[in-house]
Amino acid sequence: MRIPKPRRLLVVAAIGLLCACSGSPDRTTLNVFAAASLSNAFTDIETVFEVEHPDVDVVLNLAASSALATQISEGAPAHVFASADEANMNRVADLMVDSATIFATNRLQIVTEAGNPLGIETLADLADPSILFVTSAVEVPIGRYTAEVLTRAELTVRPVSLEESVKGIVTKVSTGEADAGIVYATDAAAAHPRVTSVNIADEFNVIARYPIAALSTSDAATRFVTFIRSDEGQAILREFGFGSP
Amino acid sequence: MSRRLRSDRPPLGILVLAGLAVVFFALPFAGLLWRAPWSDLVDVVREDAVRRALWLSIQTSVLATLVAIVIGVPLAWVLARVDFPFRNFVRALATLSMVLPPVVGGVALFFSFGRRGLFGQYLYDWFGIRLPFTTAGVVLAQSFVAMPFLVLTVESAFRQFDVRYEDAARSLGARRWYAFRHITIPSIRPAIIAGLVLAWARALGEFGATITFAGNLPGTTQTMPLATYIALESDPGAALILSIVLIVVSFGVLIGLRDRWLGNPHEVTRS
Repeated sequence: MRIPKPRRLLVVAAIGLLCACSGSPDRTTLNVFAAASLSNAFTDIETVFEVEHPDVDVVLNLAASSALATQISEGAPAHVFASADEANMNRVADLMVDSATIFATNRLQIVTEAGNPLGIETLADLADPSILFVTSAVEVPIGRYTAEVLTRAELTVRPVSLEESVKGIVTKVSTGEADAGIVYATDAAAAHPRVTSVNIADEFNVIARYPIAALSTSDAATRFVTFIRSDEGQAILREFGFGSP
Repeated sequence: MSRRLRSDRPPLGILVLAGLAVVFFALPFAGLLWRAPWSDLVDVVREDAVRRALWLSIQTSVLATLVAIVIGVPLAWVLARVDFPFRNFVRALATLSMVLPPVVGGVALFFSFGRRGLFGQYLYDWFGIRLPFTTAGVVLAQSFVAMPFLVLTVESAFRQFDVRYEDAARSLGARRWYAFRHITIPSIRPAIIAGLVLAWARALGEFGATITFAGNLPGTTQTMPLATYIALESDPGAALILSIVLIVVSFGVLIGLRDRWLGNPHEVTRS
């Protein structure tokens, strides 16, 4: 029997789809929701973890912790949540299998356009109204930490934009559209040399604490959290500039 | 027999599918209305931030529509009536932003009109004009994505317009511009208004290009769609109410304008 052409295509597509679905029948999918600032470190961790646990397929969902917490409380199928602050982790407290544990810390730094053309040296320089400063809303961890730093330094800085996540701040500064922003030291380091980082005096700086929690009783979720806290997982985080808990 | 064939009753199959389409459009709104915290409605709408976002949205979307009329209608006329090389290319270019993901449009604007962009750097160096993080940047982003709707609608009306009316007016001594303003434009008024409404609605709902290019700051660049998205992260209830406000405003304008100026489709072709 001759099958007309368009239909033949359909048959091929259907067979292809079947094959795709049955490709790896025994790999468990593990949805890991992680803070935007963990993007690079967790992408590396995903690779290493999957080599050591070939039965698990890690799928990363990277965004502002506040956005992730909303997705999770609206029923998104997250198995593990790694947040950049405790406030957003607490929003999903009733879904946690076990209490959350701090697995990494981070410091804040000022970032400026490459070469720091405006000569920004201290937090106080950011208060100059002619400087285009970008941050995030206080619901987003980096926005809250930034507000905390500015309060400690008793400074009022008017931002020109509230970006969705720390990644947005880095983008606006590295493209030169904004003059400066405050981001995690890890993001500042990752964006070199497209941005120049400026240290914040210790007396004003805050330590960002990253909690992690399993939101599923599955074995894969437990193994992932254990891996993050293991020496091996911690070594990867150190490599990307995160501090120990 | 022939009366039966010409009966007005539409075929059942089409009715079922059309009904499915209505359900498809209605269900998301049903979900939204169902989840909305109605008791907070008054409080949220009274909030300064919400009022600022709504006001900013209205201002910018109206300005973007004006920009679209001032340069979009002439473009539509040229596309419909002037034969020039690469016309199809120009038409595709003028409507590209309609099919692109708005974020791509925002990125394109960013690297063209940003402070370090291809043209933006001269705007900044020579005139001190900076578009990102300004309300003007919002209007630019909205115009960029909304204008194609007006251009397409008006161009097709110009094409359908019978040039002999213009010729008749000119044979009676009307100058070209006079004939255009008093004969052509009034004849295609329904199309212009339809295009205007579509462009305005698109500008009002603009999100991707705005947040990418203009940023997000209450009172300056945070329009209703941005406020809704941001609220969703911290206060989903407020986001729902913001969505409802946006839906009510858009729906009201769409219904109002249709009845007022567009009438039924037969009238449109007649007028």
